[in-house]
Amino acid sequence: MISRWEDIIIETISRFLVPFMQTYSLYVLAHGHGSPGGGFQGGCIFAASFVLLIIAYDIFEAKKRFSEKINGVFCALGVFIYAGIGWLCLLLGGNFLDYGKLSKILPTDPIMARYYGMAGIETGVQITVMAIMVSIFLDLVTAGRHEEAMEEEDVGSDSK
Amino acid sequence: MWEVILSKYNYWIYAFMLMIGFYAMMAKNNLLKKLIGMNIFQWALIFYFISIGAKKGATVPIIPGVHGHHGAEHLVVHAADYVNPLPHVLMLTAIVVGVATTGIALALLIMIYRRYGTLEEDEIIEELKK
Amino acid sequence: MIEQFPALIVVTPLIMSFILFAVSWWNKRLCFPILILTLSACIVFAIGILDTVIKQGKPIHYYLGGWDPPWGIEYVIDHLNALVLVAVAVVAWLVAIYSKSAVEKELHESKLPQFYTLFLLQVTGLFGITATGDMFNLYVLLEIASFSAYAIIAMGERGADFAAFRYVIFGTIGACAYLLGVGYLYILTGSLNMADLSHLIPKLFYNKALLVGFAFFLVGVGIKMGIFPVHFWLPDAYTLAPSAVSALLAPLFTKVGAYVIIRIMFTVFDPSFSIKLYPVMDILGWIAAVGIIFACIMALAQSDLKRMFCYLIVAEMGYIVIGIASGNRLGLTGAILHIINDMFMMACLFTVAGAIMYQMGTRNIYEFRYLHRTMPITLAVFVVGALSVVGVPPACGFFSKWYLILGTIQAKKWLLLFVLLASSLINAVLFFRVIENAYLEPREAHAHAHNGGHPIVTLDRVPLNMLIAMILIAAGIILLGLFSGKIVMNIIDFAIPANL
Repeated sequence: MISRWEDIIIETISRFLVPFMQTYSLYVLAHGHGSPGGGFQGGCIFAASFVLLIIAYDIFEAKKRFSEKINGVFCALGVFIYAGIGWLCLLLGGNFLDYGKLSKILPTDPIMARYYGMAGIETGVQITVMAIMVSIFLDLVTAGRHEEAMEEEDVGSDSK
Repeated sequence: MWEVILSKYNYWIYAFMLMIGFYAMMAKNNLLKKLIGMNIFQWALIFYFISIGAKKGATVPIIPGVHGHHGAEHLVVHAADYVNPLPHVLMLTAIVVGVATTGIALALLIMIYRRYGTLEEDEIIEELKK
Repeated sequence: MIEQFPALIVVTPLIMSFILFAVSWWNKRLCFPILILTLSACIVFAIGILDTVIKQGKPIHYYLGGWDPPWGIEYVIDHLNALVLVAVAVVAWLVAIYSKSAVEKELHESKLPQFYTLFLLQVTGLFGITATGDMFNLYVLLEIASFSAYAIIAMGERGADFAAFRYVIFGTIGACAYLLGVGYLYILTGSLNMADLSHLIPKLFYNKALLVGFAFFLVGVGIKMGIFPVHFWLPDAYTLAPSAVSALLAPLFTKVGAYVIIRIMFTVFDPSFSIKLYPVMDILGWIAAVGIIFACIMALAQSDLKRMFCYLIVAEMGYIVIGIASGNRLGLTGAILHIINDMFMMACLFTVAGAIMYQMGTRNIYEFRYLHRTMPITLAVFVVGALSVVGVPPACGFFSKWYLILGTIQAKKWLLLFVLLASSLINAVLFFRVIENAYLEPREAHAHAHNGGHPIVTLDRVPLNMLIAMILIAAGIILLGLFSGKIVMNIIDFAIPANL
């Protein structure tokens, strides 16, 4: 169990860093086609921002912002985006994941539609990877005892 | 004989890493050390694949200065100038597979630790025999 | 729409597993209907694919993403694929019907949605392995199936998490060895597409690196299949898993691995490589022979019914490898027919073991006395499965063993023939132990029987869905036996490459 150990420097710095980390993860996602990056990498960085919150503060702070239920919903949402784009291409007449057929609903030609299709599925991948990484970390940190972690009231602050 | 070792030194390194990982998986008693051995095994494999794509004097496989489909048709591209991107892409998937395996194995280790109180393999087998 | 079926059969369970997971947050009672609906849709897809392939006569090629091979990922479904797809779909559906009550008794109810999600993910992986025509895609889907197997096995009884961890270590070695093989092939040919590789490899036949790649494939897929020297994860993992999980994994996962070996040895690597060029067949024959004898002897030593069946799986995989090792058409026909038959046989046996566990709470065969009075239907299904494993017509096991024996006679491999016949004898002893304990009463007990020597026979107290699933599987075994000639003539004959 990670109990709270209050340190003003770590808390302040992590509060500054987390939004930058999240923005950087979206940057990595968006530039995945032209530079190293993409969905999986962006998702890991996004999850790292939550892990920083857990390490610097407490599990409850992180869970206030990202509960178990939202975790499950995001996990499924990313897969739905991925498979949904694939299904959409099926319904529009092509094969599975044939993004060229997306040009029928997007106002671009088939070649750029492939570009947007790939960006779409990378977004789905990022959301799922973020949810799963946070979930794995929470499982490891609470040693599986999620319910006990919520009831734990001993936020003993070993102050200096 | 030395040419064989020195010219293909990267393959020797990967084989060495594979064997280290394999040894750890087989011979170590602690389950977490076996897991780390498995990780080393998978990473040796990933390095092996990535080194396939490298070429002498080659650069990043991105055609600079063109956007969309306007410019790329008129460009003559020599494949020898660009690193082969396919092994990199395959290994992205393999890294994700490795992460997922590690995640599952760590969750299993937590279950095992909560149930038996130890992560040593022989003690767990003793415990199970009772 | 039919031309989209190869992708739909893989994608539908994938999406539906996540829909099931999301729906379970609201309403837990919808999980099971979603499972059954998805698997029914998959049966429809699989039968549609088989129908198309038989009518067309040549394989279906499906280009994922619209990219032509060898740049894109391709799903190729020919006769072998389609047959295995239908068998996997039907067995998965029957086991899903069976699993409802089995799982509700053995697992805590908060874990039920996770079980069903992992069930569907496992089925996704199995369908994908069968349908794909790309080597790396096969690795990814193999790992999807393996992960679901690791997680779903760990839900079992005491010791299951340790068995699952051992399975993780072993399984990862297998998958990494497979990936090494793919790496060797990619270095030599530059392609990952199976059809493309089959054109490019014959020019490279005398290359040592190709032989090493082939060896890595055999080792890697062999670990996943459960062939003799590397089967050690199998008994613990499948015994300690929940009953429905064993009933799902034991028939399907290892047999799909056998399909992958046949695909690699005879489609990707030309038959002349596997049979004539290197003594692969001799090595495989020896390994299979030793494996079958070992597995049968170990099975004789067990008192736990499920553990006995796990060693029987290893023996059955040995039969399939004997069929491959014969190296002729008859042997390979026997191997492919045995894949299909063994799916149903193992489903039958493991569902019976689960039902006995449900009602009696024990799997020790020495406590099965008078079981025929309290569980007559279950034991009847068990007898059908036993007859099939031993090889008695009209159950399907007889026909596949017949082809295997003919194959070894034609290849003049007398050791394999002897092993086949001897192991059938040992199987008969194996099953007769259980049947004797369950059906026949000792002489002294008969004198003290209730109400003047007429024993009371009650119907099984297992729930209806388990009974229906078991009866349907047993009916499937008999039907497969009766129709095996048609299956061989119409499907399997076209599945074997022509120059064998």
